Amino acid sequence: MIAHTIFFYIFSIIAVISAIMVTVSKNTVHSVFFLILDFISISCLFIMIGAEFLGMIMLIVYVGAVAVLFLFVVMMLNVAQQKNQWFISEESSRHIPIGLIISTIIFFELIIVIGGWKYKPDLFISNNSNFTNEVSNTHSLGQVLYTDYIHVFQISGMILLIAMIGAIVLTFRQRDGVKKQSYIKQISRERSEGVEVLEVESNQGVKIDN
Amino acid sequence: MITEIGLGHYLTLGAVIFTIGIIGIFLNRKNIIVILMSIELILLAVNINLVSFSIYLDDISGQVFTLFILTVAAAEAAIGLAIIVVYYRNSGTIRVEEIDKLKG
Repeated sequence: MIAHTIFFYIFSIIAVISAIMVTVSKNTVHSVFFLILDFISISCLFIMIGAEFLGMIMLIVYVGAVAVLFLFVVMMLNVAQQKNQWFISEESSRHIPIGLIISTIIFFELIIVIGGWKYKPDLFISNNSNFTNEVSNTHSLGQVLYTDYIHVFQISGMILLIAMIGAIVLTFRQRDGVKKQSYIKQISRERSEGVEVLEVESNQGVKIDN
Repeated sequence: MITEIGLGHYLTLGAVIFTIGIIGIFLNRKNIIVILMSIELILLAVNINLVSFSIYLDDISGQVFTLFILTVAAAEAAIGLAIIVVYYRNSGTIRVEEIDKLKG
């Protein structure tokens, strides 16, 4: 039990510090790296608490896809080398105290909610019916995901498809001056428009158009 | 002296990361990609809450919904980054202060 406590504190401290570094670091590439560190430590926490499948999926989806996508866009847009002063005008720095006030209010509201949760009467009775020890985490997730939640699962697949189509449509750009091969034009070419028989007089030559 | 790690510890971690994400949205004056990363942090905090409740209540549905949140987060990141790329191509900047076409 004591190892669980120590690991929890190690991973959560790493997660909180890297989350702070995501927001305050001056270089955008560095903040993407700290985001990756945050995801990795949170997925370690998930694996430690007993949700192994979600921890691994977090590694694959967030670190493998989303963070690499962020890194790719940051490097493609060349924003890492631009001047990184924090506040240009006086007007924008007036937003900061209001933002800090709202953030602290939200934080204390969440803490109050957690305290209320701790001292509640036992309203929830845990049902151990479909959560036995010999079934692994992945197995029990799969048993529920493809039966009870099959419609939600398919809708999430549709969301992914629409997101893919939307990203392609948004970034698609037709360029001029690019030569393309047209199969229809090539196949439907006939002899009459390609070849012409000319009567050539001697010492005159042939004038070739186009 | 070391207390046992319970549900409250995980929920507090989620609250701290959620608040850091919101502070990141407010404080950020650099470029809009960092705002997208802060939104990812907020979704991560929500995932922590769902997974810890799911473990401590012995109910698997929280983890199922975490999977769906993961899906939506990936889709949102892809669309947001595509919009940012198009905006950068059109106007040449993604600084938060210079994006003022809507005069907000």
